[in-house]
Amino acid sequence: MRRFIERHPLWSLFIIVVIFVFLWLVFATWPPGFEAIFGKKKVFLNAVLNGITLGGLYFLVASGFTLIFGLMRNVNLAHGSLYLFGGYMGFKTVAWTGSWLFSFVVAFVAAALLGIILQYLVFRRMEGQDLRQTLVTIGISIVLADLMLWIFGGDFYQIQTPDWLVGPAQMPFVTAIKSSGEAVYMTYPIVRLAIFAASVVIGLAMWLVLNRSKIGMIIRAGVDDKDMLSSMGVPIQLVFLLVFAFGAGLAGMAGVVGGTFQSISPGEDTRFLLASLVVVIVGGMGSIPGAALGALLIGLAEQLGSVYAPTYAVVLTFLIMVVVLAIRPQGLLAR
Amino acid sequence: MTGIDQTSLSRSTSLKLFGYHPVVIIVAVLLLFMPLIANDFILYQIFSWSFMLGIVALSLMFLAGYGGMVSLAQMTIAGFAGYMVAIFGVNGIASVSIGWPWWLAVPMALFLATLLGTITGALAVRTEGIYTIMITLAIAAAFFYFTNQNYAIFNGHTGINRVATPHFLGVEWRSTVPFYYLTLGFAVLCYWVTSWISRAPFGLALQGVRDNPRRMAALGFNVNAHRIAAYVYASFMASIGGILLVWGNGQISPGSVSVDVAIDNLIIAVVGGISRPIGAFIGALIYVVLRTFALDVLVAFGLDGNRFRLLIGIGFLAIVFFSPDGVIGLWNRWRNRHASVSTVRQGGAHG
Repeated sequence: MRRFIERHPLWSLFIIVVIFVFLWLVFATWPPGFEAIFGKKKVFLNAVLNGITLGGLYFLVASGFTLIFGLMRNVNLAHGSLYLFGGYMGFKTVAWTGSWLFSFVVAFVAAALLGIILQYLVFRRMEGQDLRQTLVTIGISIVLADLMLWIFGGDFYQIQTPDWLVGPAQMPFVTAIKSSGEAVYMTYPIVRLAIFAASVVIGLAMWLVLNRSKIGMIIRAGVDDKDMLSSMGVPIQLVFLLVFAFGAGLAGMAGVVGGTFQSISPGEDTRFLLASLVVVIVGGMGSIPGAALGALLIGLAEQLGSVYAPTYAVVLTFLIMVVVLAIRPQGLLAR
Repeated sequence: MTGIDQTSLSRSTSLKLFGYHPVVIIVAVLLLFMPLIANDFILYQIFSWSFMLGIVALSLMFLAGYGGMVSLAQMTIAGFAGYMVAIFGVNGIASVSIGWPWWLAVPMALFLATLLGTITGALAVRTEGIYTIMITLAIAAAFFYFTNQNYAIFNGHTGINRVATPHFLGVEWRSTVPFYYLTLGFAVLCYWVTSWISRAPFGLALQGVRDNPRRMAALGFNVNAHRIAAYVYASFMASIGGILLVWGNGQISPGSVSVDVAIDNLIIAVVGGISRPIGAFIGALIYVVLRTFALDVLVAFGLDGNRFRLLIGIGFLAIVFFSPDGVIGLWNRWRNRHASVSTVRQGGAHG
C-alpha cells in the first residue's frame, strides 16, 4: 500500500478522490440542485447496490475461472456452461426438495463432478498446449449448450427465493428528507444482501486458504513452477483435479445465485463467460483479489450504465477493459 | 503451424500442367462451369455461402496461421462492414438509412470496418496467445450486445432488412448466377492475394514474428507493427466477406454477429486447417453442407433435426482431438503414409 502511494502519487490521489466522492454520494443527503441534474438519490443508490451485488455474483463465477487459469494455464471457455449447468441443477433440486440451501450443495457437487470429468478425460491429455485446450473448451461449450437446450428447452427458469429471505431490509442510507424533517431510509431486498455477504465470505475464505494453509501453499507453488512442485513429490495431477473441481463447483453455485437473482435460460452461459473474461482481464489473470476488484468494477459499471446511459451500458464495460489494457495490459492486480 | 508450404515443395513435379497441379485445374474448371451443372439452390445455398464464409474464415486463417494470433473478432468486423453498407446505402428502415449509392457506401464501409479491425488489433497485440482469444471474444460479445441495445444506429434487436444490392452493367447482382460469380471472384482474389502475401517479404517476416518474436525484434523488425499490419489486411478481407454476406442475405441483425457466429468462424478455419489458405474454403464448404443437410440426415436417422449444433460441436471436438491441423492435416497424413512408409508422419503435435 505505502509503496504504491510512493510510486504513483498522482494515481493514489485520484483513487482517494474517487473514493471520497463516492462515499459522499452514498452517505450525504443530496442538495436539491444536484438532484435536479443527477436524478433521484434513491435511483443512484439502487444502482450502486445492484452493481455491488451483481459484482458478488460475477466474482463467484470469475474466481473459479481465474483460479483454474492461474494454476493450469487453461482458459476454460466452457466455464459459462458450468454456470448454466449448476443453475439448472439448482432449479431441479428446489423443484423436487423445496430446499434452497440444499440446491447449492447439489449444484456445487454436480458442476464439480462435471469439472472432474473434463479435467480427467480431456485437459489432462493436452497439458501445456494452450491453444488446443482452448479450442477443445469451445467445442465442449457448444456440445454442453446444445445438450442443455435439448434437455431443459428454451424456457426461462427462476429459482424461488426461500420465505425467510423474501422482503426488504432497511439500509442505513438516507435517500431523502421529508418536509416534516423525517429521514427516509433506503430499503433493499434481503436476498441480494445475503448472497452478497455469502460471496464476500467465500472470497475471504478462498484468500485465507490460499495464503494461510498447506494446500494453499501447494497451489501457490504450482502457479509459480509446477514442474519443480511435482518433482518434490506433490501429486500435482490430484491438485489440478481438486482445483478444477472447486472452480467448476463455484461456477455451479453461482448458477443457483444467478437463477435466484435473475433467471437462467440458454444464452446465459455466453453472458457469464463474457463477464468472467472481462472481469479477469480487468483484474488480472490468475489473481483472486483481482477478480474481486474486477467483478466490483464491472458490476457497478453495468448497473450504473444501465441507469444513466441505457443504450451504452455494454460500451462502458468494454471501455473499462480497453482502458485497463491500454495502461496495464496484464490487469490491475496482476503480479 | 510450422513451415510455410513444405508440402507443395515435396509434391511430384512431373504431373504439372501449365505449372499447376491437375487437381487445381479440375477444380477451377468445375467451379467456372458450375452454373451449367448445379441448380439455383446448390449455387446459392452451398457455393456462394461457402465462398462468403470462406473469405471471413480466410481472414482468421491468415492471422492465426501466419501471425499466430487467433482472433475471434473477424466475424464482428465482417458484420460491422455489413452494417455500414446497409446503413450508408439504401435499406428498408427509413430511420437508419442514409441512402448513398453503393459505390460510395462500399468504400466507406470497407474503410470503417478496417479501421475497427485495426483498433481491435492494436488492442489485441498488447497481449499474446490465449489472451488474444479472450480479448477478441470479449470485443465480439460487446459488439453483439451493443447492436442488440442500440436503436439509433443499428436498429436494435430487429436489425436492418431489405438492404439494396448493387445493380450495374445491366446485371442484377443479387440473382443467383451473377452472385455466384461475384462471390467466386472475390474468393479467388482473396485466396490469391493471401497466398501471394504469405510468400512476400511481409508475409515471411510475419511468420518469423509468429515463430520467434524476440529474435525478429533483435533483427530490427518492428514486431507489433507487423502484427497490426496483419490485422489491417485481415480486417479488410473480412470486410469484403461481410459486405458480400449482407448483399446475399438482404438483411443483417445482431444474430449475424453473435458469439455463436464468431465461434463458428473459428470452427470453419480450424476444421479446414489453419496452415494453408485453402483450408478456410474447405472448412466453409464442410460447414455449409453440414448446416444445410444436417436436418435431413438427422431426421433420416430418426433423431431430432434441431441438434445441428451438437453435430457441429462433436465434429469440431473430433477434429481438434485427432487432427489439430484440420482436414488439410488429415490429407497430408494420408498422403505421407502412402508416399513412403519411412517418412516421418507430419501434422501431429502442433496447434
